[in-house]
Amino acid sequence: MKIIFFAKIRELIGKEEENITFPEDVRTVNDIVSFLKEYNKIYYNVFENYDFLIACDEELVNMDYKISETKEIAIFPPVTGG
Amino acid sequence: MIDVRIQSNNFNFGEEIKKFQKNKIDGAVVCFLGSVRDLNSEEELEKLEIEYYPKMAKKVLEETAKKAFDKWNLSQCLIIHRFGKLNVNEQIVLIITQTQHRKDAFRANEYIIDFLKINAPFWKKEHTNKESYWVEQNKKDLDINF
Repeated sequence: MKIIFFAKIRELIGKEEENITFPEDVRTVNDIVSFLKEYNKIYYNVFENYDFLIACDEELVNMDYKISETKEIAIFPPVTGG
Repeated sequence: MIDVRIQSNNFNFGEEIKKFQKNKIDGAVVCFLGSVRDLNSEEELEKLEIEYYPKMAKKVLEETAKKAFDKWNLSQCLIIHRFGKLNVNEQIVLIITQTQHRKDAFRANEYIIDFLKINAPFWKKEHTNKESYWVEQNKKDLDINF
């Protein structure tokens, strides 16, 4: 699955995007966060220490959102536009 | 008519407002113009950088405009949001709402700016003469009930 990052989260992760194949038991956004925290220390640091939002296919979602149909996940800090 | 634009180049406020003045029925036009401010007394802001998530930003702005359009019976609605590196006092965002009655035009305009501030994927990074840092979200913006 394609994961893209923006703003401060992009700088902390050190890349704009990453393709990761998740195991079958990763079914929700919460599962993705848990998986990534174990995937490497960089993700662990981001999810433990920074505020973040998650969008699945350009829609903001909650942690219990099911990702079965999702093609693109975006992880970014709270927005500051306007 | 709904017009949503996300662009790096500046916009001409006067030219945009003229388009709304051609409407002979709906006399209430409300504009919100947001600009780059330098509020830090200890450092000098050199540039404000705005990053955004193109696909989602366009979608959120269009959906927000559509909601306001339907709820307050607007005849025209314009949202322009810029990205890239901007100087102090440069224009960032323009929202114009037009309808028959002033209260609806004001309410629609306020709804759009309040909603986009916490939902549209744009991020500001300040580059001062000393350092660069990402602007934190104003938590008060989250307290608004839509």
